[in-house]
Amino acid sequence: MTKPYRLLALVPAIAIVGAPWFANRIEPRILGMPFLLGWIVGWVLLTAVVMAIIGALDARHP
Amino acid sequence: MIISLGILTATLVVALLLSVWGAGQTGKATSLEQWSVGNRGFGTALVFMLLAGEIYTTFTFLGGSGWAYGRGAPAFYIIAYGAVAYIMSYWLLPAIWTRATAWKVVSQTEYFTRAYASPALGTVVAVVSIAALMPYLVLQLKGLGIIVSEASYGAISANAAIWIGTIATVIYVVLSGVKGSAMTATLKDAMVLLCVVGLGIVLPYKLHGGIGPMFARITAERPDFLTLPARGMSPSWFASTVLLTVLGFYMWPHTFGSVFTARDASVFRRNAVLMPLYQLVLLFVFFIGFAALLSVPGLTGTEVDLALLRVTRDTFGPWIMGLVGAAGLLTALVPGSLILMSIATTLARLMHPPRDGAPPDSATRAQLLVPVLAAIALFFTFRGGNTLVTLLLMAYSMVTQLFPALLASLIPRTPITAAGAIAGILVGEAAVAVTTLGNVTLSALGPHWPAAITDINTGFLALVLNVLTMIVVSRVRPPQRTHMPVKQPA
Repeated sequence: MTKPYRLLALVPAIAIVGAPWFANRIEPRILGMPFLLGWIVGWVLLTAVVMAIIGALDARHP
Repeated sequence: MIISLGILTATLVVALLLSVWGAGQTGKATSLEQWSVGNRGFGTALVFMLLAGEIYTTFTFLGGSGWAYGRGAPAFYIIAYGAVAYIMSYWLLPAIWTRATAWKVVSQTEYFTRAYASPALGTVVAVVSIAALMPYLVLQLKGLGIIVSEASYGAISANAAIWIGTIATVIYVVLSGVKGSAMTATLKDAMVLLCVVGLGIVLPYKLHGGIGPMFARITAERPDFLTLPARGMSPSWFASTVLLTVLGFYMWPHTFGSVFTARDASVFRRNAVLMPLYQLVLLFVFFIGFAALLSVPGLTGTEVDLALLRVTRDTFGPWIMGLVGAAGLLTALVPGSLILMSIATTLARLMHPPRDGAPPDSATRAQLLVPVLAAIALFFTFRGGNTLVTLLLMAYSMVTQLFPALLASLIPRTPITAAGAIAGILVGEAAVAVTTLGNVTLSALGPHWPAAITDINTGFLALVLNVLTMIVVSRVRPPQRTHMPVKQPA
């Protein structure tokens, strides 16, 4: 693998697909939401962040 | 009633004007390439509008809140799969785009024909596409009827709304093609954002004193509602359904076709950042569904899809109802227009395959097909019985079966042949039909297996059979022709 930083993309993917094993509970609540929903929403946001980082690194290492 | 009717009418008129004006800016669409893929000249914003425009449909609007209302935590899969699909899109879409642009293809069917140098494969893909798209289009039209008749307090019947909406769509699709849809999608996205985020915040506060108190009340009444159960829609159901939906995400012919509109591959890399953020609109759709659960309880069966409209009507006056109805109207029209265009383009190219060196195809043939296809869709909307419901249940699984052949087409010097791809798709579709029609789950195969295995989405079974067939047939009948060369991006 010439661009190992691309593996970062696996982190949100695993966190979201595996959400029920990591976070299938109601407490602690996140902004009033049950933990499972809060976990998924948080990782959807982090997906954008991770893809922005990979995009920026890719632009620097063409 | 007059107010909400006025808002609905005004929105339809603005959408029509916007699409015709937007397309007029770039000149009349005369070539098929301009009409169906905007001459491959769309930047990040327009491609975003198109993709967001077709992914957030009446299902998102009514079905998303309906799932939250009726099922609780399993609904969260709807917000989960999009984000994972966008991660995949970062690599998948530029790869598809590079090939499609080099080959100058305008439809998904044509992509497969070129990738495997096989018109037979193209025909198989076309049949799958149309069998999946037609019920999807009818679903949009039915959703449109429900939304408009509810939002107009019954003043416009569902059937009248479907006729008016379809005629308007045909007019703007024929006149302005994909540019028109992208322009209408901007209006749609603005209205959906305004309505969904607005309602998603206001309803919980107004009715239940906030988002925290709302969830606390639901948990108090139904302690298991906001987590996944150990059986049925269990963790392994969630993970397998999310994965399967991700694989099928870009296999919808109209979504696949939107990829061709991009000016360059970097458009997709930027959209991989933007789309997950837009995905959060769904969170507010869920809030609306949960707010409705406490305030308008008692909806069952397919009625749960009315949760959003009912809670809005009971809480606000005709102004808000009109705005929500108008946003809902657009969530039917924009995807509907893209589906119509996609089927028309597919058929036009099938009837008249392009030849090297020939002048660019005219859009006329596809444009003439649009009203014909719309008439067929109307017929199915009013007359379609159970066949349609069944097709719709299978539609997503059907297009997902195209994924293995697509992925194989991206491998340099792929070992997969056209015969392998055709056999794989046919076996996959047959497995989808058997499991869906027979309501077969994995527990039928192993009644005593643990839920972690039996709750796996049966779509995976079809996909595994598809891949195995594809590999075996490709081994037995080795390639006779090499794949067409692909120009690498500079």
